[in-house]
Amino acid sequence: MKLLRCPINGLRPIQEFNYGGEYRPMPDPDASTDAQWADYVFNRDGAPGVRLEWWYHLASGVWFLAEHDTARDVFLRTFLFEELGQG
Amino acid sequence: MPYQLLRFALNKKYPEPCMFPTPERLKPRYDVVIIGGGGHGLACAYYLARDHGIRNVAVLEKSYIGAGGTGRNTAIVRSNYLTPEGVALYDESVRLFQDLSDDLDLNLFYSRRGHFTLAHSDASLRTMRWRAEVNKHLGVDSEVVDRQFIKAKCPEIDLDCGHNAPVMGALYHPPGAIARHDAVAWGYGRAACQRGVEIHQGTTVTGIRTEGDRVTAVETNRGVIETRCVLSAVAGYTPRITSMVGLRTPITVHPLQACVTEPLKPWLNVIMVSASLHIYVSQSSRGELVMGASLDPYEVHSTRSTLDFVEGLAGHLLELFPFLWDVKLLRQWAGLSDMTPDFSPIMGTTRIDGFLIDAGWGTWGFKATPVSGKTMAWTIAHGRDHDLVKPFRLSRFEEFDLVGEKGAASVGH
Repeated sequence: MKLLRCPINGLRPIQEFNYGGEYRPMPDPDASTDAQWADYVFNRDGAPGVRLEWWYHLASGVWFLAEHDTARDVFLRTFLFEELGQG
Repeated sequence: MPYQLLRFALNKKYPEPCMFPTPERLKPRYDVVIIGGGGHGLACAYYLARDHGIRNVAVLEKSYIGAGGTGRNTAIVRSNYLTPEGVALYDESVRLFQDLSDDLDLNLFYSRRGHFTLAHSDASLRTMRWRAEVNKHLGVDSEVVDRQFIKAKCPEIDLDCGHNAPVMGALYHPPGAIARHDAVAWGYGRAACQRGVEIHQGTTVTGIRTEGDRVTAVETNRGVIETRCVLSAVAGYTPRITSMVGLRTPITVHPLQACVTEPLKPWLNVIMVSASLHIYVSQSSRGELVMGASLDPYEVHSTRSTLDFVEGLAGHLLELFPFLWDVKLLRQWAGLSDMTPDFSPIMGTTRIDGFLIDAGWGTWGFKATPVSGKTMAWTIAHGRDHDLVKPFRLSRFEEFDLVGEKGAASVGH
């Protein structure tokens, strides 16, 4: 069984989680051009490698971030959004 | 070994059959370089040589022919999609499949079965009616049928699904078919080679050189090739190739798993699909039940199989066909699906001159093999997008002009 560490509830089976997509900072909607906005809405960084993703723990309703290596399917780190940028 | 047999084996009149010659080295220059030796890339090479006289073509395959999505799909061919753009494309593909065995001089085991998409709720029955009307309007043989009709065509089915999700009706598409997917790739590959195309297996593309916004060369693990035209037909590996030329796409890659049972005597004549139960099943000409489910729930670039998948799939299979309880699974595998937000492919020219794309084939790529090859070959030969390809251009996303194909296999209704 594959496990994922929820920052609040600890290690839980992956079936308890929903994937929320790649973490992408939103550009200022008023200041961006249509092309920049379309790029934000549609385009993704689909190449394999380590990146930040949104995950959701269904049982307790916790949204958090996970550093996921999509080439090896290994989760390197999970943390709450508040801790983003704190290393 | 008896002398008579040995003499036959050594006779030069009967050489060992060889589907593809293996060229020793890459030429320094090709008119067209196709990245990806799957069905789509090989079909494109074939139509380039046959219809447009462009024969100085190299197909580069990092593994072996058909190693990717081509050999990992569940080999279903159909055209009962939901958008006029999608129906036009897939219906042309079904037409091309009809005489493809003759065309390629190889038995593709193309077998017309009839394709049922089961509806377990009013909402999905409504979508089926919508699809049937779009299909009929566009001349595709497709209709909504009731429970008795399904039972008559497939007496083994439990229409009540163990009272969990009773079937209310289905979308029935008589031209729905299955084919040997390896044979499609091999047939196209051999026919392309006979017309002068070179297939280089074990050749990995490591970079693409551009000058300004024009492609000039392709770097591989076996040397650099000069070319002014590159087609990327690598499905689940597309983001790696597009990042070489700095092109952004909406493609995300999810594994899609499938499995087969041990061979059984023929009993299932039709293709049975249930989006609500996340299962599609058909019986191959070898007797195995070929089954697939929905995408894996998160992005991974790996073709590993999971127990979760077989557990879920086997459960749903037994809801439809309870008598299969003692049938054994033979193998399971996964392929990489390059998904797009509107469940439609990305095809045609890009803003980089000489870089063409044939991607975003997610869960609907095999059935489109002939049409994508033919239209992409036309696009390469004429330097502009074929009419069937235009709705699927990459720039549709920045123009907010998406296709919205809800008839795709991975869409729940």
